[in-house]
Amino acid sequence: MNSRIGYIAFNTFREAVRDRVLYNLIAFALLLSGAAILVGEISIDIERLVVVNLGLTAVSLFGVVIAIFIGIGLVSKEIDKRTLYTVLSRPVRRWEFVVGKFFGLTGTLVVNTLLMAIGVLLALLYVAHKFEKMDAWVLVALYFIVLQFLIVCALALFFSSFSTPLMSAVFTFALFVIGSLAEDLRGFARITQGVGGWMATAVAYLVPNFSALNVISQVAHGDAVSGRLILYNSVYALLYSAMAISGAVLIFQRRNLK
Amino acid sequence: MAAIEILDLEKSYLVGFWRKRPKLALRPLRLTIEEGEVFGFLGPNGAGKTTTLKLLMGLVFPTAGTARILGLDMDDPRVKSQIGFLPEQPYFYDHLSARELLNYYGQLSGLPAKGRSARVEQMLERVGLSDSAGVQLRKFSKGMLQRLGLAQAVLHDPKLVFLDEPMSGLDPMGRREVRDLIQQLRSEGKTVFFSTHILSDAEALCDRVGVINQGELRGVGAVAELTAQTRGKIEIIFYAQRVPAGLTGLGVEARLSGDMVNAVLPEEQQDAALEVLRRDGLKLLSLTPVRSSLEEYYIQKLQPSEGRKEEDRKGVGA
Repeated sequence: MNSRIGYIAFNTFREAVRDRVLYNLIAFALLLSGAAILVGEISIDIERLVVVNLGLTAVSLFGVVIAIFIGIGLVSKEIDKRTLYTVLSRPVRRWEFVVGKFFGLTGTLVVNTLLMAIGVLLALLYVAHKFEKMDAWVLVALYFIVLQFLIVCALALFFSSFSTPLMSAVFTFALFVIGSLAEDLRGFARITQGVGGWMATAVAYLVPNFSALNVISQVAHGDAVSGRLILYNSVYALLYSAMAISGAVLIFQRRNLK
Repeated sequence: MAAIEILDLEKSYLVGFWRKRPKLALRPLRLTIEEGEVFGFLGPNGAGKTTTLKLLMGLVFPTAGTARILGLDMDDPRVKSQIGFLPEQPYFYDHLSARELLNYYGQLSGLPAKGRSARVEQMLERVGLSDSAGVQLRKFSKGMLQRLGLAQAVLHDPKLVFLDEPMSGLDPMGRREVRDLIQQLRSEGKTVFFSTHILSDAEALCDRVGVINQGELRGVGAVAELTAQTRGKIEIIFYAQRVPAGLTGLGVEARLSGDMVNAVLPEEQQDAALEVLRRDGLKLLSLTPVRSSLEEYYIQKLQPSEGRKEEDRKGVGA
C-alpha cells in the first residue's frame, strides 16, 4: 500500500478509537452476555440457534450503524473543520486521501468485528459448553458481515462526497435496507413484464446485494456455506465497494473546498 | 527565477438557488513574486486573499488562468513537497497531541523516519510548544493552535511558505514571535507570501505588498519606496486667511482650504513652524505625525476605479 494511504488510514483508525467508537463493544457485551444467560435458562436445544442468530445480527447492526455514521463524516467533516487544508497542501493526492479514509474506517470495523466475534464465540461456548465443527460456518458469516461493512462504508463515502451528512445517512441506510431485500427484488423482477419488469431488474441488480451476504440464519441452523458463494461474495463486495470509492474519488477530485 | 508566477488566475462561483449565476471571487490576477522575497497580500476581509491562496494550494480550482510555483505548474505534485501552508484560523485533528500531529504531517510530507522525531521536537521548541507537546489539541488555545500552524507550515523545510493571516488571534507577544519567525525565514532565503489586513505587520516585514479588493489586484509596490516618502514628517492644521509668509520661508508645503491651512513639514522644522504660528497669533487646530504612506497607498488603492464603479453599477463582478 502507498505509504501516505497507510498514514491516513492509521490516523482515521486512531481518531475513531480516541473518539470512543469502540465503546459500542460494552453495549454489545452486555446485550450478548444477558442474552446468553437468559437463553441458557429458558431454551431447550435451541440455545446455539438463538445465540448465533442474536450475536451475528447484533454484530451486523452495530457495525452498519458505525459504518454509516462515521462514513458520512469521513470527508465532509474534514472539509467543514478545514483539517483537510493542511493535508492537501502536502504531497497527498485527493484519491489517496479518500482511499486512506476508507481503509481507516474499514480497519476500525474489522477490529470491532473481531472483538465482537470473540464475544459471540464465548457466548456460544457458554451455552453449548463446547465448539462443534459446524461452528466454523459462524466465522464465514462474520466474514460476510465484514464484506457488508466494506460496501456500506464505500456507499457512505460516495454519498457524502456530494451530499449533506443527513442525506448521505438516509441514502446509505435506504440502500442497506433495499439491498437486504435484493433477492426478493430480483424475484419480483423475474415475474414482472414490460417496462416495469425492465426497471425492476435494473434496480434489483444496481442495489448492493446484501441478502446474498447474509447467511446468519443458515449458519445458525448449522448449514454449510458453499465455497462458490464465498468466492462470489468476496469478488462482488470488492468490486462493488471499489466502484463506489471510484465514484467518490471522481467527485472529490473536482470539488472546490470552500 | 520567480518563486510564484500567477498568470491571469480567475475564480468565479455559481450562486443562487434556482437561477444560478456566476459571482466573480477573483478577477484575472497577474502577479510575480521573486525568490527570497517577503510579499504581503493586503486587503480587507472578503477581498479575495484567501481565494488566491486556496487556488495556489489546489484547494479550489481556477475558472481560468494558471500559476507556476518554483518553476513548476501549480498542479504538478512535486510542488507540494517544496511549499508550506498556514490556513486562516487553522483547525487541526483535536484527537492528536501537538507532537503526534507534527509527526503525522512529517510522514505525509515525506520526511524520512530517521530524523523526523528530532525535527518535530526542534519545531515544537521553535514555536514555544515543547511543554505542551503531549497535550491533545482540543485543550489548546487559539494562539497555541496558530503557533502549531506555523510549525507545521515550516516542518519540512519548504522553499516557499504561504501564510494566511498568520497574526490572526495572537496576543502582542505571539505576534512578535510570528514576526521573528518570518524574519528568520527571510534570513534563511525562503520566499514568504502572506496575507494580512494589518498594515503595520506588512510594513515591518514585507519587501513588497500587493493590494487586493473586491477580487481585483489594485496595485503592487515596494514597501521601502512607499515609506521613505513620508517617514519623519508631521502635519499641522491651523486657522488662517492665507498661508503665513514665515511658513513659506521655511520651504513647507502648505495649502489654504477655506479658513484653514494644512501644512506638511519635516519633524525637525516643527518648532520653527510653531514659532511662526505663535508670532502671527494663529490658532493651531492639530499636529499629527503624517500617516504612513503605506496606509495612504492602501486606502488609495481600495477606492474603486471609475470603470469598476460602472461595472459594479451594472451588477458585474463580486
